[in-house]
Amino acid sequence: MSLSIDVRHRLGSFELEAAFASAGGITAVFGASGCGKTSLVNIIAGLIRPDFARISVGDTVLVDTARGIDVPPHQRRIGYVFQEARLFPHMTVESNLAYGEWFTPKAQRYAARTQILDLLGIAHLLKRRPRDLSGGEKQRVAIGRALLASPRLLLMDEPLASLDAARKAEIMPYLERLRDEVKIPIVYVSHSVAEVMRLATDVAVLSQGKLAAFGPAAEIAQRLDLVPDDEREEGGVIIDMQVAAHDAGFDLTRLASGAGDIYVPGRLGPEGTPARVRIRARDVMLALEEPRNISALNILRGTVAEISSAGPSSVNVRLDCGGAAVVARITRHSASAMGLAPGTPAFAVVKAVSVSGPTAEPH
Amino acid sequence: MTFFSLTPEEWEAVRLSLKVATVAMIASLPVGIAVAWLLDRKEFWGKSLLNGIVHLPLVMPPVVTGYLLLLTFGTKGPVGAFLAQFGIVFAFRWTGAALACAVMGFPLLVRAIRLSIEAVDTKLEAASSTLGASALWVFLTVTLPLTLPGIIAGMILCFAKAMGEFGATITFVSNIPGETQTLPTAIYTLTQVPGGDAGALKLTAISIAISLGALLISEFLARRAVQRIAA
Repeated sequence: MSLSIDVRHRLGSFELEAAFASAGGITAVFGASGCGKTSLVNIIAGLIRPDFARISVGDTVLVDTARGIDVPPHQRRIGYVFQEARLFPHMTVESNLAYGEWFTPKAQRYAARTQILDLLGIAHLLKRRPRDLSGGEKQRVAIGRALLASPRLLLMDEPLASLDAARKAEIMPYLERLRDEVKIPIVYVSHSVAEVMRLATDVAVLSQGKLAAFGPAAEIAQRLDLVPDDEREEGGVIIDMQVAAHDAGFDLTRLASGAGDIYVPGRLGPEGTPARVRIRARDVMLALEEPRNISALNILRGTVAEISSAGPSSVNVRLDCGGAAVVARITRHSASAMGLAPGTPAFAVVKAVSVSGPTAEPH
Repeated sequence: MTFFSLTPEEWEAVRLSLKVATVAMIASLPVGIAVAWLLDRKEFWGKSLLNGIVHLPLVMPPVVTGYLLLLTFGTKGPVGAFLAQFGIVFAFRWTGAALACAVMGFPLLVRAIRLSIEAVDTKLEAASSTLGASALWVFLTVTLPLTLPGIIAGMILCFAKAMGEFGATITFVSNIPGETQTLPTAIYTLTQVPGGDAGALKLTAISIAISLGALLISEFLARRAVQRIAA
């Protein structure tokens, strides 16, 4: 289902202005803190009344200030997963989960309870109270509560921000399954390059209240200039691939795409399983000739498409590898010594262990 | 064991006190919750005035409150005369004692509930509305249960105030045995007659027991309520 957003709103001296439309999947709203991400989702949810807005999900218009349409929040049927779970402390997990379901008219319920409990791995928590849950469990229950209300749109405002790295890693696979199994559009707010690049179908980049860029995740990923300074090291590309084979002897999975083959550690599922890999620019080496007798497993053949500055001493070199892009961050010295220029054929070298893919199956 | 046996009149005072305090507490509760919610959550014209009127009985001499009640709700008062047409009479009846107690306990009730409503995380209410709850349902399923500790505390304060209320009661409904003579007024009467000391002491002991019991029960209930809603 499609999602179309056009918002203008002034908050004190801060002005939010963003318009984009996505065909479905996860639309990530990305930007540094204070760029207006949360205000944007609060406007979508109806918790902030905007100066001007036109927001629709599929055929349903939620807000159109020009036409005087403003559906109240409780009638919007938007699942909102907040940064801090916001579970009701006076109810059990079971009652929390049933809360939104109860308010949804029977004819509009589509969420299958057992399936969602299973998807999120929370069936064993039903009798507990929110205070007895870990941070990761709370967030999973909050996601379940939002989904069980059978929303037409799911909003997730930094759902992982309050969790440590281990908990994040625990929830990530659930979010991926959500994206692939729940057929409603998801707006996912985050300031983390890693999260956005792993999950997003489309990315809207907000900068000081304005839409700096919008497009498919793979395209936005190549724009390393959009990556904020504190996440500089995380900049890189994503390539959507498929599982081709698993080598049980070395426990490596071979992924295939137009760009060539990429090996990643572990087993990622049966042949044909879609798998998105992220390759950080700082992890990519370039060579003019095909390297031999080298430990790195992944060698992609391509042509230099663009060289852009990445600081006083480094450059980002974008390689076109059979339609997919790979960006390497190398020193300006190397780029000059190798005589790199647009059109130069080159090889991108990436160690299998530095490719981030989906979570491998447990052994 | 004459000390532990009460005269029928003394029993009547105890029974009446409990009835008056319970009715005052229960009847003022819905109004108290509504006013506390209005004062905490809404901005409207005359809010300060409403706040002032609610708290007035706390700072005015109780006799003044009782006299104002008599002027308003007495048989010749504007409201009293109107209600009398429907057979509702407050003056010199136990219902009047309950009204006086409710008015005197009201500020305490509202204060306790208002503090508790203030402490409810409005983010939980926003979450509730995104899950499909209308304003009324948000209030009933989130705000109200989370306010429970304050409601319990307010109810007990109101009950205790009603049990001890003297000035407004005696001014408004006088001191009629079996109709408006509550524990405090009965004790007062006993201390004014020769040989009433023993009776006054018994009623005093009963007063202490009831007040202490109410406090203990409220402590217990409030602790359970807090445990239930602790995040």
